[in-house]
Amino acid sequence: MYRKKVISAIAAAATLGMLVAGCANQTGPSSTDTSGAAGGRINIPAISKVDVPAGAVLPAGDGKGKCASTTTLAYAGAETGPNAQLGINIFNGIQLAINQHNAANPGCQVQFKKFDTEGDPNKATGPVTQIVSEPDIVGVVGLPFSGESKATGNIFEQKGLVHITPSATNPGLTKNGWTTFFRALGNDAVQGPAAAKFLTDKLQAKKVYLVQDDSDYGIGLGTSTSQALGSAMVGSDKVVTGQKDFSAVISKIMNAKADTVYYAGYYAEGAPFDQQLVGKGFTGSFVGPDGVKDDQFIKQAGDASSNAYFTCPCIPGELIPSFESEYKKLANAEPGTYSIEGYDAATVLLSGIDKGKQSRADLLSWVKSYDADGLSKHYKWDSTGELATPDVYGYKVENGKIVPIGVIGK
Amino acid sequence: MISEVIPTLLHSVPVDDTWITFDVNSFTQNFWSSTFDGLTFGAIYALVALGYTLVYGVLNLINFAHSEVFITGCYGVFFTLSALNFGPSAPRLAFWAIVGNLVLALIVAIIASALMAVIVERVAYKPLRQRKAPRLAFLITAIGVSFAIQYTIYWWRGPSPEAALTMFRPLPIFDVFGTIIDSQQVVIVVAAIILMIATDQFIRRSKTGRGIRAVAQDPDTATLMGVNKERIIVTTFIIGGILAGAAALFYVMKIPSGVQYNGGFILGVKAFAAAVLGGIGNVRGALLGGLLIGLIGNYGQVLLGSSQWTDVVAFVVLVLVLIVRPEGVLGSSLGKSKA
Repeated sequence: MYRKKVISAIAAAATLGMLVAGCANQTGPSSTDTSGAAGGRINIPAISKVDVPAGAVLPAGDGKGKCASTTTLAYAGAETGPNAQLGINIFNGIQLAINQHNAANPGCQVQFKKFDTEGDPNKATGPVTQIVSEPDIVGVVGLPFSGESKATGNIFEQKGLVHITPSATNPGLTKNGWTTFFRALGNDAVQGPAAAKFLTDKLQAKKVYLVQDDSDYGIGLGTSTSQALGSAMVGSDKVVTGQKDFSAVISKIMNAKADTVYYAGYYAEGAPFDQQLVGKGFTGSFVGPDGVKDDQFIKQAGDASSNAYFTCPCIPGELIPSFESEYKKLANAEPGTYSIEGYDAATVLLSGIDKGKQSRADLLSWVKSYDADGLSKHYKWDSTGELATPDVYGYKVENGKIVPIGVIGK
Repeated sequence: MISEVIPTLLHSVPVDDTWITFDVNSFTQNFWSSTFDGLTFGAIYALVALGYTLVYGVLNLINFAHSEVFITGCYGVFFTLSALNFGPSAPRLAFWAIVGNLVLALIVAIIASALMAVIVERVAYKPLRQRKAPRLAFLITAIGVSFAIQYTIYWWRGPSPEAALTMFRPLPIFDVFGTIIDSQQVVIVVAAIILMIATDQFIRRSKTGRGIRAVAQDPDTATLMGVNKERIIVTTFIIGGILAGAAALFYVMKIPSGVQYNGGFILGVKAFAAAVLGGIGNVRGALLGGLLIGLIGNYGQVLLGSSQWTDVVAFVVLVLVLIVRPEGVLGSSLGKSKA
């Protein structure tokens, strides 16, 4: 018994001692080194307003819409899962559009149904099969992510159900011959080169290290960005969905003496990656695409996120006052990434319903020939479902918030 | 030819056929940093592996819920440090204040994990034991309990990881062959090794440790010799929980945003693999296995050029070792461990 006590006492004392030793070494310079990182970086000022098209179509319409009480629009996408926040931003945008429409049109109360895919391609086919089998659903906003969009496009196609993705950016999605798929934003063939130009011109990066995840989105965006970067790229690496430890990637980045890191993936991995990168003493900029641009990134990466910039084919909805205030009332939060794209996509479908396009076939041809402004941009699709000249915006983290820094490419 | 190939490899489009690169250059460049990181993770795996090994030794049961015992400790750390105003950025606290807070978090994590371990034992395993259920029933129950705890946390805390908690800013301590070893790595590895030695000594020398070994060797004879088997089983779960709680503190120290409902799962699988690699039921085997799994995974990742390979390499090595030595590197026996 005596011996046991001695051993535990020694163990406890030694453990404590180690904690002490570790902390002792870090108290000294910590008051000086945190701001040093930001000092060397380029400062790009935030913008405070965006231009809204004057004649933008709004969900309210003319208030004379008539439709059956069973008419339903659906959202399919993540409500839960590791990247749920992007999905939540979107369906709140849709909900707002539908609320405004129903308030203004007593003769047409459109129902709204949400189907959770968790953002996972393997889980998305079930909910989508359910959607296409419900005859009351005439149009869908979704799916938000590229992998799940790829996995489910054929199901929509077979049943002729129109669906507008507010956020999936993999360029390959419009090359499947689908006639029911429409994209309400620019794809990564646009975002990649815009990101590369942003890195080398605006941020004046000389040595970019490109890291991509293993999703369709990350691979597609990594490919188009690395091609556009050319010799400014000093190395590349891949991480996997769900990865928590990035030490091996980080030591490669440090050894390559990279001044900027571009991460093609989602915030679930991007946040711990940036956090660990800064923790290891990286002082350059961290640039991520639309999948990383979310408040969750700042929440999870903490102070480290102050080195972050984002590229995004999304319009800063928070700078459109009418949209911002209404959204805030509904969701109790600022509009997030893709909230306004979700709102606009729902508006396209709602305006069709008001015009009497209330069967799947009618609503599909309505979207095909659609040619009007939304709050965020002009909507007119080519035969594959791509928009003509979508803008790519830059964003940065300032005082713990994501703020837009203007258009960085088309 | 080579000079043409290398730049294209460097700037090549990372599509699927180039995902395997055998990059010796990167391996030599990153050898020491991957060694130190591998050891740090290995130390955490080893602490968790001890929990698998001890329970297996005593009950011949693979306690799959041990990864949830571990994540419970992580939540203990998270809530304690959040309440103490720790957040994503390292707080500017006096040195003793940090130590005090971390020790408090350690104690809460240990209590939380140990408590969860005892609950799992009492609710899931003891009733089965009393009814003399077949071994398979224990295994399925273990998996069931693991999922039940995971999704209870999911229901409570949601799918997103908790906000990052930085305990202190790691500062460089040593420079080994041009690679910096930071204070965090030193704290984790040394504290973990001290805990493992203490556990080993406890099992080998204390009266309770002798009881554990006796039950592991022959439960019936041990009972005849006056060992309280039920008490020993609970004690074993508590020891596993204590070590998992300590591992939780170190894990959150290393991965500040790792607190998530399913955050223990992969780590649990790797810790279990570590226990098997070292020889399940063998305390020193768990230590060795943990460090090996940490190191091999990191080497494989750097050598093959992608994080995707960490687990592939670690588990291929596990299979190869088991083909040659099915008992694990150090052999599997808690009862016969020399004392």
